[in-house]
Amino acid sequence: MAIVYQKSKGLTDVELHYCPGCTHGIVHKLVAETLEELDVLGNTIGVAPVGCSVFAYKYFNCDMHEAAHGRAPAVATGIKRVLPEHIVFTYQGDGDLAAIGTAEIVHAAMRGEKFTTIFINNAIYGMTGGQMAPTTLVGQRATTAPLGRDREHYGSPIRMSEMLATIDGAAYIERVTVTTPANIIKAKRAIKKAFQLQIAGKGFTMIEVLSTCPTNWGLTPVEALEWLNNNMVPAFPLGVFRDITAEEAK
Amino acid sequence: MASGKVTFRQERCKGCSLCVSVCPAKIIFLDESTTNIKGYHPATVTEMDRCIGCANCARICPDSIITVERN
Repeated sequence: MAIVYQKSKGLTDVELHYCPGCTHGIVHKLVAETLEELDVLGNTIGVAPVGCSVFAYKYFNCDMHEAAHGRAPAVATGIKRVLPEHIVFTYQGDGDLAAIGTAEIVHAAMRGEKFTTIFINNAIYGMTGGQMAPTTLVGQRATTAPLGRDREHYGSPIRMSEMLATIDGAAYIERVTVTTPANIIKAKRAIKKAFQLQIAGKGFTMIEVLSTCPTNWGLTPVEALEWLNNNMVPAFPLGVFRDITAEEAK
Repeated sequence: MASGKVTFRQERCKGCSLCVSVCPAKIIFLDESTTNIKGYHPATVTEMDRCIGCANCARICPDSIITVERN
């Protein structure tokens, strides 16, 4: 018998601290497998965020750096500019990227910084206990919106991929999810493309991954995937929002 | 049909059941007769001859505890 699937060499043997069924683990694997397949593990520097994935630096089997809350794109900018031959990525949640770090990500994209951002959007603040995030859906309950997010009061969720896709410095922006094995394969393809475009020096690349938070959503991991499909996908449509290679091919 | 074999690193299983939900052969279950060191009933397979080696379970496992082999 031949091994058809095993744990990626891009991950360390450290046990993940995430809650049972949290999709962070799936996305970690996809990034790790991509770096392994591109044979760049020894040449990659990742930047970990603040949030549930704050310990990402312990899990990826490449050089890692920690950043202040929301500032991973600023740290990645510095690393990539000093070491332009290295592959640099940030791994950020929605509380990090779409709230406190919105300025940093927008301006990194505007400058066309040649690193890749993996953006985990689960529509809530996970680590701090389920508070409303800028990405929380209208009507979705959170500890700071016990009756559900009220549009009149708190506005509507921010769509980062669509917003960043309007910026010329962005080379590739796609939104994917990891709710089924087929979607996981598609998500990996997107992540790989982003890293390949980074290597080709095309500009800023970001893959947004719609993810779950079973604990703070109050659902089982399997129910959470279903909730994501039924509620988040309509609000955050999947797809490619910017692809500089497709535009160049025209 | 191809035959497969899955192995679980059970001491690291968190019993999230994502693998159970995507197994087309429906042979994965949480073994309630045992509890791992983390306090969860780990995922397991007893009817291994029905495994087709599709690797769906391993692909969705957030904790990367599943290895899949196939003929």
